[in-house]
Amino acid sequence: MGMEGIGARVERKEDKRFITGKGRYTDDMVVPGMKHAHFVRSPHAHASIRNIDTSTAMKMPGVIGVLAGDELASDGIGSLICGWMIHSKDGSPMNMGDWRPLAQTKVRYVGDAVAVVVADTKAQARDAAEAVIVDYDVLPAVTEAVDALKDGAPLIHDNAPGNLIYDWEIGDSAAVDAAIAGAAHVTRLDLVNNRLVPNAMEPRAALGHYDEGEDHYTCWTTSQNPHVARLVMSAFYNVAPENKLRVIAPDVGGGFGSKIYIYPEEIVCLWASKKTGVPVKWVADRTESFLTDAHGRDHVTTIQMAFDADNKMLAVKADTIANLGAYMSLFSSVVPTFLHAILYSGQYVIPAIHCNMRTVYTNTAPVDAYRGAGRPETTFALERVVETAARELGISPAELRRKNYIREFPYQTPVILCYDSGNYEASLDAAMTAADYNGFPGRKAEAEARGMKRGIGMSSYIEACGIAPSAAVGSLGAGVGLWESAEVRVNAVGTIEVLTGSHSHGQGHETTFAQLVAQRFGVGIDSVSIVHGDTDKVQMGMGTYGSRSGAVGMSAVVKALDKVEAKAKKIAAHLMEADEADIVIEGGQVKVAGTDKALGWHEVSLNAYTAHNLPDGMEPGLKEGAFFDPTNFSFPAGCHICEVEVDPETGKTEIVQFVAADDFGNIINPMVVEGQVHGGVAQGIGQALLEGTHYDPETGQLLTASYMDYTMPRADDLPGYTVSNTVTPATTNPLGIKGCGEAGAIGAPPAVINAITDAIGNNDLAMPATPQRVWAALRSAQ
Amino acid sequence: MYATNYHRASSVEDAVNLVSTSDEARFLSGGQTLLPTMKQRLAAPSDLVDLRHVAAMKGISVSDGSIRIGAATTHAEVAGSSEIAKACPGLAHLAAHIGDPHVRHMGTIGGSIANNDPAADYPAGLMALNATIVTNTRSISADDFFTGMFETALDDGELVVAVEITAPAKCGYAKFPNPASRYAMTGVFVAKHGDGSVRVAVTGAGSDGVFRHQAMEQALAQNFSAEALSGVAVDDSDLMADIHASSAYRANLVKVMAKRAVTAAG
Ligand SMILES: Cc1cc2nc3c(=O)[nH]c(=O)nc-3n(C[C@H](O)[C@H](O)[C@H](O)COP(=O)(O)OP(=O)(O)OC[C@H]3O[C@@H](n4cnc5c(N)ncnc54)[C@H](O)[C@@H]3O)c2cc1C
Repeated sequence: MGMEGIGARVERKEDKRFITGKGRYTDDMVVPGMKHAHFVRSPHAHASIRNIDTSTAMKMPGVIGVLAGDELASDGIGSLICGWMIHSKDGSPMNMGDWRPLAQTKVRYVGDAVAVVVADTKAQARDAAEAVIVDYDVLPAVTEAVDALKDGAPLIHDNAPGNLIYDWEIGDSAAVDAAIAGAAHVTRLDLVNNRLVPNAMEPRAALGHYDEGEDHYTCWTTSQNPHVARLVMSAFYNVAPENKLRVIAPDVGGGFGSKIYIYPEEIVCLWASKKTGVPVKWVADRTESFLTDAHGRDHVTTIQMAFDADNKMLAVKADTIANLGAYMSLFSSVVPTFLHAILYSGQYVIPAIHCNMRTVYTNTAPVDAYRGAGRPETTFALERVVETAARELGISPAELRRKNYIREFPYQTPVILCYDSGNYEASLDAAMTAADYNGFPGRKAEAEARGMKRGIGMSSYIEACGIAPSAAVGSLGAGVGLWESAEVRVNAVGTIEVLTGSHSHGQGHETTFAQLVAQRFGVGIDSVSIVHGDTDKVQMGMGTYGSRSGAVGMSAVVKALDKVEAKAKKIAAHLMEADEADIVIEGGQVKVAGTDKALGWHEVSLNAYTAHNLPDGMEPGLKEGAFFDPTNFSFPAGCHICEVEVDPETGKTEIVQFVAADDFGNIINPMVVEGQVHGGVAQGIGQALLEGTHYDPETGQLLTASYMDYTMPRADDLPGYTVSNTVTPATTNPLGIKGCGEAGAIGAPPAVINAITDAIGNNDLAMPATPQRVWAALRSAQ
Repeated sequence: MYATNYHRASSVEDAVNLVSTSDEARFLSGGQTLLPTMKQRLAAPSDLVDLRHVAAMKGISVSDGSIRIGAATTHAEVAGSSEIAKACPGLAHLAAHIGDPHVRHMGTIGGSIANNDPAADYPAGLMALNATIVTNTRSISADDFFTGMFETALDDGELVVAVEITAPAKCGYAKFPNPASRYAMTGVFVAKHGDGSVRVAVTGAGSDGVFRHQAMEQALAQNFSAEALSGVAVDDSDLMADIHASSAYRANLVKVMAKRAVTAAG
């Protein structure tokens, strides 16, 4: 490892700009003549639209246009789509209800967009939006998935009878039932995985600019995957053909999944720009973010785990209902299925697995992938049931896990996934040592003496990252391929640009991707620029989510670097009259091994471009592209241990220690990886202790639509973390990377709840484990 | 936010006159409640009369056990005052636990009590301390001032100028914050006065705002100790219930916080 190469704790290049307020976000973009949009949104959770009267609004000061859904439809703008087809177990395709960018006949959740006002100023647009008169016929609403399935529940989409989207299964149901019937012990839990609001620091925003002279559109937007946005907006929403649509995602202030999807607002801003003849900008306020960003989780699950007399796992059976909200968001269908159900083997040898999944419509914000996406839901169910089983069986939770770990790789689970590598016991041991697990009884006694209840809990999580390969996901219903692309451009002076289809919205790609180049050519990361987030600059890309930028995105860079290296060596060998096989590149020098012959890296690149003396037949230039499509997912795994103290008088939980021992395969920048773990664990603790999303069950109003009622984790809610890594490299990508972006959010919640339930002696505790809930659980245990 | 006219008052009279010029004019103190409400377009005053530059409404004075706090004094000033820390430590502690540093450096005692949020901290303090609220026209006892949720005895256009308190023998405040807003989910202020009487005021829990708990006051007048409260029952029928806490849980918190406030009072 060089000073800035793979494995170095290089400080993030981008942070100077971010922490000095010099970042450039969508809202910082200004185009001459730009005007402002404000959306008219439904105040009702469920209502028919009788009439929309825009006449008063049109006459208000500064108003340029007031546009509604009928006009959008007559201009041929398409409905929003879900990009992954799932079939029910009876073979029928999922019931995808119509999602118009601007509702025409019916609104289905509070916040549903109905019309848009474009005006000279934001305030004028908002004033006029208040003057748009929408005549609603209010209908009964339903907010909970379980209620939406009941007879007589309000019907949200006509083509989804009973509000059912699909009823899907995976695994061998008969084998599982037989194993449960014959088991020595069965543990059963009913669990809720609470709905979360993503709360990226930067709210969503879009600036649409139609250039009449060029007949060309530009969209600046808060996107994790600008190329996918362009593809979908051109192929499905008929905004413009791809060659006439440029999508730019500049600095983006956090996404956590919520900025993967293409929402009505960016479509409407582009269309409205053409309609009104002015560039149109929209920036969500925090209330709009709460109401309309795609939410996460919201599962209701019954899980059973069966054991033989020797405490070996025999079977897992999960029956889950997932709330997808009022409409199917872009990847909403795949999160409960292929990102959730196929993880039920966890880290264990479990011969029989079955998961049934019903997804339903409700009158709530759409639900889609949120940091972890499906895997936190699986891990919570699995790791809660394992810990509970250990208590019921009277053996240590660590030993029960140890007894059932997978130890031989590759390991084919009964539910599609084949794990390539791992060492789960190593993570468990590392976590137990770091947490001084064996010293816990002493600490508990000491706490008891102070009147506090102390508990410890663990979770052994696994996740599937770097979602791929394209052919496999295609066969499972994906509408896209899941490769990544890269281009490495060496300039004549030797500086390097790396163009990547991955997108950084907080992950630190400008630093970590540059470290790959520093490692390869021995050049400083300052001479390497990472270019991303612009469809006119980067040829194509699938974007960043599912911890895929390292495993897939960096691998594409590696492939392009291989090609550049090969060509540079050919040029150098030719110039120094040496054998290509003897050329080595290190420390910014291109050398002939075993001699003192050397050229500077910049001399080789300059020769590539002067082309005065190149090998016969070689094209000038030093620039190569590559696509990487992995052969499998990667499988980060680890063990988290949480220790808590509960104040029995108030039910308040304090996390006194949190240990994460993770296996992310090889690591490019340990500091960046630690940052990802800290952030992920914070969100996991947020889910476990703090974040509850409440809709009024009668009216469908979001009751937690601001930080006055929605508990975002704050610094003083969170402990210091003890993080460490064990390494088993991934075998399915050239860097051996597994991915680290979501692990914290996946592993933490069950560890926290296992710890609290241990402390209070009552296993019946819902997330978020607020002081009131913990207090009530303590009382009912007494 | 809708457009509004800003005025900077130079004196108490000036402030009262400026506000009387329009039905829709409002006093602006720290703006920590009023401005967010305006940004959400839930309030639309035509005129704002800024109180923070009126000298007579600013600052803290303590002499011979008489405390006077100008209405435009910030929470941070109260929290940081060595005189308050000595004469009335429970009040300094209370002010130090309102909101976050930004809020404490802007929000004021006058704004807080005029607003009388059922989860605000000061109402409990002032009621337990038997404070007098001095306005431009009269003096009102805390018992009479806080009349219900977001309701006070103030007339239209009446201005809180200062708060006056006689230093108690002992006092303490214990707050259990709402995990989201960090306002009081339940806060209890306990004060033992020079004449031996005890006042216990509860905020955050009552369904009609701040209230005194008579049974606790009697128990503590007999025996000023946390144990004295063990036998006192807290009736939950008049307590608030919302998505954050049931009335039964709040009743528990009233008792637990009262005990902790007594312990803090020493
Ligand atoms: C994020 C946040 C957290 C908070 N946390 C807490 C908390 O934990 N505990 C707590 O108690 N409070 C909390 N607050 C409230 C804050 O402490 C202020 O005290 C409160 O907002 C009102 O004071 P102000 O000076 O800002 O008044 P303003 O917002 O300026 O005014 C409030 C109202 O009082 C009127 N008014 C103001 N001054 C006078 C006067 N002298 N005479 C008559 N009427 C007047 C105004 O016209 C207005 O109607 C929080 C606020 C925020 C924004």
